[in-house]
Formats: sequence, C-alpha cells, structure tokens
Amino acid sequence: MDSLGFILGTTLMYSTPLIYTSLGGVISERSGVVNIGLEGMMTIGAFIGATVGYYSGIWWLALICAGLGAGVLGLLHAIASVTLGAEQVVSGIAINFLGPGAALFLCRKFFDGKSMTTSINLDKKIPKLFKGVFPEHSIWENIFTQEVTVYLAFLIVIVMWFVLYKTKLGLRVRAVGEHPKAADTLGINVHRIRYGAVILSGVLSGLGGASMSIGVASNFFPSLISGQGFIALAAMIFGKWKPQGALGACLIFGAAQAMVIFLGGQDIAVSNDILSMIPYVLTLVILMGFVGKSVAPAADGTPYLKE
Amino acid sequence: MEKRKILSNSTKMTFLSILFGLIITAIILFIAGYNPLQVYYVIVKGVFSKPKYISYTIIKSTPLILTGLSVAFAFKTGLFNIGAEGQFIIGTIVASLLGYFLKLPYIIHPIVIILFASLAGGVWGAIAGYLKARFGINEVISTIMLNWIALYAHNAVINIPAFLARTNKAHPIRETASIVFMEGFKKSESGKEWLMDHPQIRDILKTPLNYGFIIAIIVAVIVWYVLNKTTLGFRLRAVGSNKFAAEYGGINVKKSIVTSMGISGCISGMAGALMILGVSKGITTLAATEGYGFDGIAVALIGSNSPIACIFSGLFFGTLKYGGSKIQSPPIGAPTEVINIMIGTIIFFIAIPRIIYLYRRFKTKKEVIE
Repeated sequence: MDSLGFILGTTLMYSTPLIYTSLGGVISERSGVVNIGLEGMMTIGAFIGATVGYYSGIWWLALICAGLGAGVLGLLHAIASVTLGAEQVVSGIAINFLGPGAALFLCRKFFDGKSMTTSINLDKKIPKLFKGVFPEHSIWENIFTQEVTVYLAFLIVIVMWFVLYKTKLGLRVRAVGEHPKAADTLGINVHRIRYGAVILSGVLSGLGGASMSIGVASNFFPSLISGQGFIALAAMIFGKWKPQGALGACLIFGAAQAMVIFLGGQDIAVSNDILSMIPYVLTLVILMGFVGKSVAPAADGTPYLKE
Repeated sequence: MEKRKILSNSTKMTFLSILFGLIITAIILFIAGYNPLQVYYVIVKGVFSKPKYISYTIIKSTPLILTGLSVAFAFKTGLFNIGAEGQFIIGTIVASLLGYFLKLPYIIHPIVIILFASLAGGVWGAIAGYLKARFGINEVISTIMLNWIALYAHNAVINIPAFLARTNKAHPIRETASIVFMEGFKKSESGKEWLMDHPQIRDILKTPLNYGFIIAIIVAVIVWYVLNKTTLGFRLRAVGSNKFAAEYGGINVKKSIVTSMGISGCISGMAGALMILGVSKGITTLAATEGYGFDGIAVALIGSNSPIACIFSGLFFGTLKYGGSKIQSPPIGAPTEVINIMIGTIIFFIAIPRIIYLYRRFKTKKEVIE
C-alpha cells in the first residue's frame, strides 16, 4: 500500500509541469497557431521562478513572474505568427533558442557567472496543501499532500475544458482554429483571439517551468527542463489537442517516471536506463494501436492575413 | 507574384536576418553592460587569429553541417525531422561499439564503421517514417520519443560490462578506427622531430583535425545531386510539395516517407560516427541530449534548406559557437549563451520573410500620400 501511495504521489508531482505546458500547447494550437516553442517558454519560466523565488522568498510572486516572463515569449511568437504571418514552426524554433539562451544569460548575470541559481530554502518552495491533515506516511498523505501547483493544474484543466467546450469564447477559439475565414465573416476578431491564446500558452508554459524549478526541484540548472517541453508537446498531440486528452497523456508520462524512480529503489536486476526507456516505447506502442490518427485543428499552422 | 519575389530573395533575406541578429544581440549586450564591439572582436579574433583556432572551428562545424543537411533533406521532402538528435546518438553508439570490438586494418576500419553507423542512424530515422506511413503517427511526436529512447540506449550500452572502461565512460575506439589527420605521423618519433621544426603545422595538428569536414562537404554535394538531379530526388520532393498530386502522379507516398526519413537519419548517424572517430573517440554517459540535432535545425533554416548553403551556415554556426566560447573569460566575462540568443534572433527573422513585403508596402503607401 505504501508503494502504491508513493507511485501515485510521485506521478502527480512529475506530471504537473507537463500538464501546464501541454495545456499551453492545446490553447495555442486550438486557435490555429502551432507552438513548438513550449520548451523555450518553459525554460525561461523555470529560471524566472527560481530567481524570483530565491530573491523574494514569496512563492506566488515567483509563479506570477514566471508566467509573465514566459508570456513575453508568447507575445513574441504571436507577433511573428499572427501579425507578420511567419512560418510558425520556424518562429517556435527561434523561441527554443531564445528562451534557454536568455535564461542562462540572465542566470550568469544574476548569480555571478554560474549556470545554476542558488537553491531556495525548503520552506520557501511552493507550499503543500493538506499538510498534517492525513496521518503521517499514510497512503493518503503520499497521494494528496501535494504542492498547490498540482491542484492548480487540475483546476486549470477543468476550466479550460469548460471554456473551450461550454462557452461562447471557447467556441470562438475553436472556430478560429478550424476555419478562420468563416469566423472572421461572423465578426470574430481572429487576430485578437489568436494573440490571447498564444500569450496564454506562454503564461501556462512559464507556470509549468516554475512548478518544476521551485516545486519539484529547488533551483534552476541547464538540464532541468531539457526536453520536458517537447514531451509536453508530444502529450498534446497524443491527447488529440484536447485539454482532457493532454492531461491523460501527461499522467502517463508522469506515471512512467514514477515507476522508474520506484523500481530504481528496489532490488531489481534491470538497469535504470532500460526502465527509463519504457515510457517512450510505450507511447509509440499506444499510438500505434489504440489511439488512431490524431488530427490537428484544420487551420493549425496557417497564418490568417487580410490583405 | 508576391510569394515568388520573396523566394528569389531568400539569400538576401538570410543575410538581412543575420544582420538584424547581430544588431539586436549587440543591443542586448549593451544593455547588459558589455561592449558589443569588443565582444564581436573577441569572437572574430578567437576564430581567425591562429591556424589552430580555425582548425577547431572546422572541427566544431563538421557535425553541424551534417545534422543541418539531415534536417534540410527532410524539410525538402515535407518532413520535420526533430529526430536528428536521436539518429546522431545512434550513430555514436554504433561507431563506438564497432571502433572498440571490431578488429580491422587502418582505412578499412573507419570506412566500415561509418557505413554501419550511418545505416543504423538511417534505420532509426526510417522507424519514424514507417510509423507515419503505416500508422499516421505525426513524425514530430515519434522522433521526440525516439530521441529519448536513443539517449537511454546510449547510457545503457556504456554500462555493458565488457564495454565499460570506468564509471560513465566506455572504452575508446582502437587506433585503427581513427580518422584524425596524420595521427600516426603525429605520434611517431620522426614525426615529432619534423613537427618541432614546423611550429605552425604542429599547432594545427595539435587539434583533432580530421577527415570529417571533407566527408561532410562530399555528403552535401551528394545530397544536392540526389535532390535535384535524380528521379528519386524528384519523387521525394514531389511528395514534399504536394502529397496528393504526387500520389495521383503514381508516386508511392508511403514508401517515399520511409525513404526520406531513412536518408535523413543516415546523414545524422554519419555525423555521430565522425564525431566519435574524429573527436571524442568514445561515448560517455549523457544527462541530456547534446543538442547537435537541434542545432542542425537552425543550420538548415539559416541555409534555407539548400544542401550547399548548409556547408556555409554550418561553418557560420560553428564559428559562433567556438568564438562565443571565448567571450566568457576575462576581460569581457560575457555569458557565452548570448550566442543562442543571437541564433534565436536570426531564426526569428528568417521566419518572417513578410517583414520585407510589409516594409515595401509601407514605403509605397507613404509615397502615394506624399
């Protein structure tokens, strides 16, 4: 029972950064803008979160700043891909160079030449909810005593699902992503919707990065994010561009990671590297067999320009 | 009309983007409190002031040219190969294994290794192609997964007892497998003596200058030839520009996808092999991917996906990377990561060729008003 609690708890912990970032991907691509720059946005968020967290000691301020900082990258991506009709994949790749580049550049500036931020105190990290509510070391504590960000992530999934599928605004976002011209004819401001969605995708990725750097870890270092943004991107495609789908995919990746950590602590004659491989192999197998074709929103990746 | 004009201007656009990148990076450096001219001067001096530095720059550029070619080839055929990273790693694994376990004479040994490593990289790429052709799995997601699988496979192979030299490090390749320029001569007594008398050449040969660069250029020419002068290239490009028209014209689209990804993977695998045989000589445990594949995407984009231009953009990137590593030391002490910001800015401008068009329209509008 203890093991089960450990695995479930660790799953939630490692899924959380992915969930935020993946949701960022969902909202951007639903509005018709491909966002391959999630990785870069997540990295800058992780750095800003760790830095503001270290200097201010206020976790929620760190989260907000991380969201805003990554939102700026989102804005950049929006200017290029919405107003200027850029190749969205290319602009996203640019973001993936700019984000980590800027993060490390600033990191060396603020932490005299070092490529990692100074760790923040454990009590200044993102606080855990339900601390002391459950009996110590019980399965319930393992599962439910989690950082605020974990609960927030699930909340945002529900909100995004509700907004996308149950409100007028959501209908507009989806319309813009599927058929911008028709949406435009109906008086929907395509550019405004896309700007909003892409900036929001930056903000969410930034939260994802910060929930990694001051939630899971306690500082920022160069290999902290390396590749997580791409995993979140994959999770979004895996989840068929839906918030609930992305959530499911992120939980699978998180669970796999938790299994690796759990099994790594046991007396098993399988090497850690082989175990680490399993989630990725599993993803491919699942995609081959069960999920079927995942189809992007019809206008995903095409700029909408009025001449 | 407008579109055609932009395309023919792509070279001009690239140079403009590079210029914008340099200017914006200079502004960023200035704001951060560094003298941008001094930084650029150190980069240029750090690359061109000694033959040894030029040699290092070429060594740095070689894998970038090849992964750039790999990504460009896939782009040309309508595929986005984020998996160059993984294919590169597979190349390093195979090269490292064959370099240690295989016993072959000089010259033949590296040739055999390069062939098999390229083939392995090709298979790795073709898997993604097959998954797309057969199951409709987006190549972006499959190559991301394959990158991670390759990374962990790499670390697992190092830990095979017969292969493990010491913690986190596999046995290096045999001397017979090396492609370093005149390596035997460098180590021989007469060679040492001769080099003492020729300090300039000794300086160059101190670096692991190797045949990789020449191979990369040959591969670029071959890729150009295949893409533009053969029916295979025509078929692959046709699928890339319009897959439905290609299918209607009797081209087997599914087969083409697998072939494209296979060839693209071959080139990245070869890049990995040349890295092992020429520079690193063996594999060590990786905490994260080294980024050659991702840098390759930048190289391909700066080279507007043209194989020959990839040679130059690879050299350009290599120059920035090697020169950029020197700005961190005193007297400047600027973060070397500014190079990534510069590359990012350049690519950002490459993404928006319309900027030129908008500028022209703005100008004509102004003229009309005046």
